[in-house]
Amino acid sequence: MSALEPRTSRRTILKSALGSGFVLAFHVPFAGAQTPNAPMGEAPVPTGFMPNAFIRIDGAGKTTLVMPQVEMGQGVYTSISMILAEELDADWSKVSVEAAPPNEKFYANPMLTVQATGNSNSIRAWWMPLRKAAAGSRALLVAAAAKQWGVDPESCTTANGVVMHKASGRSLSYGALADSANGTPPANPPLKTPKDFRLIGKPLKRLDTPTKVDGREVYGIDVMLPGLKFATIAASPTFGGKVGHVDDSDAKKIPGVRQVVLLDDLVAVVGDHMWAAKSGLDALNITWNRGPNGHVDTAQVWREIKEASEKPGLVAKKTGDADKALGSGDKIEAQYELPFLAHATMEPMNCTVHLTPGACELWLGTQIVARVQSTVAKVAGLPVEKVTVHNQLLGGGFGRRLEPDMAVKAVRVAQHVDGPVKVVWTREEDIQHDIYRPVYYDRLAATLKDGKIDGWHHRVTGSSVVARWLPPAFTGNHNIDFDTVDSAIDIPYAIPNLRVEVVRCEPPAVPTGFWRGVGPNNNVFAIESFMDELAKKAGKDPVEFRRAMLTKTPRLLAALDLAAEKAGWGSTLPRRHGLGVSCQVSFASFIATVAHVEVAPEGEVKLHRLTTAVDTGIAVNPDTIIAQLQGGMIFGATAALWGEITIDKGRVQQSNFHDYRMLRINEAPAIDVHLIKSGESPGGIGETGVTTALPAIRNAIYAATGIALRRLPIDRDVLAGRKHA
Amino acid sequence: MISLRINGEDKSVDAPPDMPLLWALRDLLGMTGTKFGCGIAQCGACTVHIDGKPVRSCLLPVGSIGNRAITTIEGIGATPAGAKVQKAWLDLEVVQCGYCQSGQIMSATALLASTPHPDDEDIDAAMAGNICRCGTYVRIRDAIKRAAKA
Repeated sequence: MSALEPRTSRRTILKSALGSGFVLAFHVPFAGAQTPNAPMGEAPVPTGFMPNAFIRIDGAGKTTLVMPQVEMGQGVYTSISMILAEELDADWSKVSVEAAPPNEKFYANPMLTVQATGNSNSIRAWWMPLRKAAAGSRALLVAAAAKQWGVDPESCTTANGVVMHKASGRSLSYGALADSANGTPPANPPLKTPKDFRLIGKPLKRLDTPTKVDGREVYGIDVMLPGLKFATIAASPTFGGKVGHVDDSDAKKIPGVRQVVLLDDLVAVVGDHMWAAKSGLDALNITWNRGPNGHVDTAQVWREIKEASEKPGLVAKKTGDADKALGSGDKIEAQYELPFLAHATMEPMNCTVHLTPGACELWLGTQIVARVQSTVAKVAGLPVEKVTVHNQLLGGGFGRRLEPDMAVKAVRVAQHVDGPVKVVWTREEDIQHDIYRPVYYDRLAATLKDGKIDGWHHRVTGSSVVARWLPPAFTGNHNIDFDTVDSAIDIPYAIPNLRVEVVRCEPPAVPTGFWRGVGPNNNVFAIESFMDELAKKAGKDPVEFRRAMLTKTPRLLAALDLAAEKAGWGSTLPRRHGLGVSCQVSFASFIATVAHVEVAPEGEVKLHRLTTAVDTGIAVNPDTIIAQLQGGMIFGATAALWGEITIDKGRVQQSNFHDYRMLRINEAPAIDVHLIKSGESPGGIGETGVTTALPAIRNAIYAATGIALRRLPIDRDVLAGRKHA
Repeated sequence: MISLRINGEDKSVDAPPDMPLLWALRDLLGMTGTKFGCGIAQCGACTVHIDGKPVRSCLLPVGSIGNRAITTIEGIGATPAGAKVQKAWLDLEVVQCGYCQSGQIMSATALLASTPHPDDEDIDAAMAGNICRCGTYVRIRDAIKRAAKA
């Protein structure tokens, strides 16, 4: 075993870097967790059974579950509720949910160590802690009933929110026990065995969807307050630029425009409605000082990253003697690259702020409610407890809402506005002032022996988002960003001689952040594309080539075999059609996908079908998992076919959906998802579909045309033969 | 003041005639079910019906509507096709983040009202103007077919 082995576990990395104090918070009663989350002066004082920060049961049996993870479409409110209700034996019909307030002590994600929703780990991180919290709560309810009856708690059972004593035929509802059950729960309550699960594993209806089909759901952008004003902003189009001169004489003539706010790097127009704000902004004559980045363009970005990738990087994983193996035999080399991407959540960035002397109240949908609170406190010069954040359901997150910038900008505007103000970004502002998925450049080299890989070298070059976003996890891991090398250091294939290196290279000017699929998007695209090129060199079928090196990864082998079988791998296809395969272990899920594409002579790619098989451990809500894979693969297909942000003169060139294209329904493939039954702990699923789609589509194009694309999105000129790859 | 007939009710708004209906609905009437997505009729999140036809409200001047009937997501459940679509959407769990779904449901309802048994091509033509970033297209297609059978 290599000395570097522990780096393969991000949980270990984070725990060693940051400690694990979160565990202690679980049994502090809920009342202690009540940082203000209701509108000021209206904070209800909860009563009844409050065993911990996640569960409240009132006298009527109404069971309120507090969600430490945010709902952005992935269905986590339902699956987390299922986990809690399962071990609590709650009455599912009486369950309702509420968003956790900002509180790192109670609600820090156990895998991320901060209160955040990301990295496909909501279920993985909370699976055991929430089961224990709920089982401990159940034990308190049983103890209270047993005491009332004067019987042994062991002789009592629970189901659907009721404690029963079969021998005497007595029963008490959880509601009836709510006032007598509070106490200290047992440290290690017994957990159910999977055969006793009555909720987990069933495709229960989602709790959050009924209000999303009739317009009732209130996203951040929908918040309305008495006296609310509406604002929209223009930040410096050039990264790092400043406001020069502003002529607002035309803007102020527009009916409904109330105010023009000039800050050093952005301009806001405040009005009676968004139309006034938007028309006012359009009517401003702004001269910008372009600042130090006015010369930056995409060519410079690629020049710098390619140059950086030529030097050795930090060694993230080493097995055997890669140099020796690569020095003997026919070395095959390839470089792969991925572009900047914007998130383009359907709900544009927005935040509503009410700043009063000594306090600040915010409404928005965010993946980092506590960080928003603490960041805003600094900007507004307020104690943290004076900042109230009302987290709304998110109209898409995808990593974009792991940043607090939309709240910071809104508060800076609100500092100049009397009363509450809703700051809404136009789509153009949203696309041009994103925090972008970094560009990546991957160098791969390999040698083959007896039809298998003998030597392997993978050097990943790219921005380190973790170094900025969670510095202790970066410095605590010898300055290796676990995300940049995720799915590269834990490549599933048995390769005797391997070295994975990482070169940190921050692009000029362009801010970088997490984007659905994160590090594995890049690594799996590079590795799986290279695997197909190696298979061709070895004269092997791509599935057989992979199978031979997966004998020690049976869960992935099973997924690969199932995907290949269901997709009709090996069948004869019409001319210009191709099947491409991809397989990986990412986010603790084992997934294989076969894409069926058709490439038109003029270079357009038609996606016919994506067939995927996944072993993601215990499927808490199987229908949600299927939905996440369907949606994730569409997200990945969008990136494969269309996604690219380019820079010219220090600014983003794309601006809206006409030039930053999304896949549409007429371009969407049929998608078949096959879940493999498993008793293993749950894996992550929110991003897995994205990562698996990219190389499967690329490899299907390779099969259809023989053209080995080395970058995405696809280049239609290359596929049409108008240009070389 | 501009008079509008929305979901069968008479409303009036103090709006300049060039204001798109989207903002009158959202910011003046507080009917926030209709969503802002792009502002240039590229994404369909703002889709409403004018006399039963799907229209992108982000580019429709409020002064141009006159006495034509406006239907929004808040009122679409009162129509037979709208109720079927909403039910199919929940039965098949189409929705993820849900932000685009008001527009998707409005487009799907207009499709079913004019083409009770749409085939895949009809669905593509009617729904291609509605972007879903969560990628719920597979289920949208299935749900439209299910609603057509209901």
